[in-house]
Amino acid sequence: MLESPKELSFEASKMALDSAGLTLKDIQSVVSGSAPDAFDGVHMKGEYYLDGMGAIGKPHERVYVGGGTGVFTPIGGWWNVASGMYDTVLCVAEEKMSPLHPHPQYAFWSIFDQILERPLGTTLLWIFSLEMRRYMHKYGIKEEEIAEVAVKNKGNAIDHPSAQLGAKITVNDVMNSEPICSPVKRLDVSPPSDGAAAVVLVSEKVAKKLTDEPVWLDGVGWTLDSTHWTNRDLAYPEYVEKAAKMAYKMAGIKNPRKEIDIAEPYDPFDYKELHHLEGLQLAGKGEAPKMTVDGVTQRDGDLPVCPSGGLLGVGNPIAAAGMMKICELFWQLRGEAGKRQVKKDARTGVAQAWGDLMQVGTVAVMRS
Amino acid sequence: MPFQIGIVGVGYAGFDSMTPGLSTRELMFEAATRAYEDAGIDPRKDVQSFVCCTEDFWEGISITDEYMPDQLGAVLRPLCTISSDGIIGLATACMHIMSGIADVAVVESHSKISDVVNPDEIASFAYDPVYTHHHFDADPRFLAGMEMARYLKETGTKREYCAQVAVKNKKNALSNPRGVHGANIDKGIVMNSQVAASPLTELESSKGIDASIVFVLASAQKARKLGDHTVWIKGIGWSSDTPVVEDRDLARAEYVEQAAGRAYKMANIRSPASYLDLAEVDDTYSYKELQSLEALKLATKGKAGKMVDAGAFDIDGRLPVNASGGSLGVGHLLEATGLHRTLEAVMQLRGQAGRLQVPSAKRALVQSWRGIPTATGAVAVLGN
Amino acid sequence: MSQKITSYPGHEITSDELKEGKYLDIQYKFVPRYSWAAGVAISRFLDELKEGRIVARKCSQCERILVPPRMYCEQCYRPTDAWVQVRDTGTVNTFSISHVGTDARRLKTPILVAVVDIDGASPGMGILHNLGEVEPASIRIGMKVQAVWKQPSERQGAITDIRYFRPIEA
Repeated sequence: MLESPKELSFEASKMALDSAGLTLKDIQSVVSGSAPDAFDGVHMKGEYYLDGMGAIGKPHERVYVGGGTGVFTPIGGWWNVASGMYDTVLCVAEEKMSPLHPHPQYAFWSIFDQILERPLGTTLLWIFSLEMRRYMHKYGIKEEEIAEVAVKNKGNAIDHPSAQLGAKITVNDVMNSEPICSPVKRLDVSPPSDGAAAVVLVSEKVAKKLTDEPVWLDGVGWTLDSTHWTNRDLAYPEYVEKAAKMAYKMAGIKNPRKEIDIAEPYDPFDYKELHHLEGLQLAGKGEAPKMTVDGVTQRDGDLPVCPSGGLLGVGNPIAAAGMMKICELFWQLRGEAGKRQVKKDARTGVAQAWGDLMQVGTVAVMRS
Repeated sequence: MPFQIGIVGVGYAGFDSMTPGLSTRELMFEAATRAYEDAGIDPRKDVQSFVCCTEDFWEGISITDEYMPDQLGAVLRPLCTISSDGIIGLATACMHIMSGIADVAVVESHSKISDVVNPDEIASFAYDPVYTHHHFDADPRFLAGMEMARYLKETGTKREYCAQVAVKNKKNALSNPRGVHGANIDKGIVMNSQVAASPLTELESSKGIDASIVFVLASAQKARKLGDHTVWIKGIGWSSDTPVVEDRDLARAEYVEQAAGRAYKMANIRSPASYLDLAEVDDTYSYKELQSLEALKLATKGKAGKMVDAGAFDIDGRLPVNASGGSLGVGHLLEATGLHRTLEAVMQLRGQAGRLQVPSAKRALVQSWRGIPTATGAVAVLGN
Repeated sequence: MSQKITSYPGHEITSDELKEGKYLDIQYKFVPRYSWAAGVAISRFLDELKEGRIVARKCSQCERILVPPRMYCEQCYRPTDAWVQVRDTGTVNTFSISHVGTDARRLKTPILVAVVDIDGASPGMGILHNLGEVEPASIRIGMKVQAVWKQPSERQGAITDIRYFRPIEA
């Protein structure tokens, strides 16, 4: 994108304020999210961009849990409001990955242990492909089943106006795309992107004054697992389970598969959507692939998953991508998603993001 | 109901120019172990939220929170990074407690500046990449020099009063077991030391040291069950001025005025100067202490310099300021600086400040700044 | 974006347009430099690698033997108790064939990557390393492997003192 990080933030913030019918002076605090400073080559990025988010003269905090940041940014807004500290909070997630050359992927080298792992020439793709292989091995899953996710999400993204990679593709296209880091192939992966997304969170009493159809953030949860990812069972994201259970408990959800109508789990890689559906307790362990193959997760299915097009289709401006999922649920739950609107009457949705060294789960439950 | 969150445990490790024997994670483990012992809690059972305040480039790691959970006892628990100063971390933990998701929350921040080979270069990359950084190849403290010059000019403060801040704080630090940069020197030595960014000199510019500091906070109800040395957070606020350096009023610390306004309102304080028994405020650079004291309404505009020179902010003065020695005397701790100031204030309020003890100290203020080139700061009011 | 928001702001640009100079940009290199203190646990681990050995730490409460070693047990939250030498053999927990380098450039020869669960440590205690002396197509999860060390004179006290792990007969 031509826009600078500040300008991207401004555009998203303005849209969110307009959508709420508020102006900046109505906003009491700002919570922002953005992934590594290494993308921008700007130290203390949260200070640099804050004017683009309207945070001058306001309390501003940048919350940060790697790739989990996008869904965590409105969670930060949630505690600003739920604590009684503030009534109106602007939550903005921004990511501009393109400034880093020769490739944004290079930033991920520095997420690894500086002494034990970086000397081996690590890339983020390694850790994903190692996890994908373990997941496939443990539950006997085929690459073709996983590819169904890429086909679905890229197809859904055709209807998203800001989508980078919306396309009609087939499982064969995915299988025949170039191997990057086997078993991960080109079409299994989301692209690097620039973007920003924002929402306004307000207290119950303010919400009732502003609109007759608010969407409520009813449950939030987050969890970090151990740094030692090579000591963990990579086949199952326990950190997502723990985060989801925290959010479900808060939202009073006892049977997530029955009570949740729509889901936007994090899908930077196609297998990740499946992995996360299992962590979110929306599918049994190793059962999410079958659900996908059976069409349950299509827009007209019983549990639409990533109707937005997800990261695979819309793009992956890391923090902004997680927030994009929150925005999608907002529109879906209000029935305003236009061509992307799911068939069933969706009242309860869950968004989730993942991050770090296969380590973070952030979960938000929303209701209309 | 008045706002109150209890500080029920503190722990620290380091406070040295270098800590080559320990990794960052091992340093944190020592600090956390002491804090949990101090609070009488088991982090694997009793803590519902962990907050770390770090910045990636100070760590040399992208996404630093990856390396935080194990040594804090936070594995498979809610843990997050706030990319900001430790007092904003304390505010975050307070909000977690107030929102009901935690009874007990932990805040950690650290500096391992001795691991960083080119800190000045890293600091300079915090300037706007297009407008500012691209044009200046100067010591990143050039902005501090500009702020100091504007402050002196607009308030009519005498140059030597800034030097007196360094004299006072470095002297106080000689009595502080954590003080790394304590010294018994006079204003002449301070003013004649090497120029950092004119008019600011090297002895007026704090130096980075290593430490990890851990706080355990609890809800009022829980705090009453956890021992008898609770110090209460009664008000907390934080704010940011514009990141566009050219747009700021460089003579004033408006972010401190705003942050203090919020904290005072929460704590229901009308005249802070008479309310407080002591203050630990930003002294990253000498003039910052004077500028901040005025923004905090602990000195009349333009009068802080004269007051410091007259001894009003000495340990036995009207309002002891940076009795610990502050950042100039103890050392600067990057994002842990706010927690350092809070730690010193907690020691005072517990009556554990040793030779630095301010007699019958009951109410304290702590204030931090995120450093060059930011205009972000935080304020907390503490009491017994 | 939705029924109410029909257009979205922002200008997409291509890398070719940037290269042609259609838009102004500034270029700079930011090289933060560090000299990390490895700490008690990893310093010893590296010293032992130099001697051709892999060491772990044992927690006597949960009785786990931890690789890479750490001075604290993250589950019990207490200091670990003893150094234990483990073997330089292990089992492939999972593996990948990487066709790209750290900056996403295509590699001529793919790197073989694996998490190797180390024999003598508690189950599932793996480390990240490379595989060698093996055809990519014949790598399997569960395969037994052994470290191939650099010559003693070439070792530096680094993870790369192990060149890679290679398959061994069961």
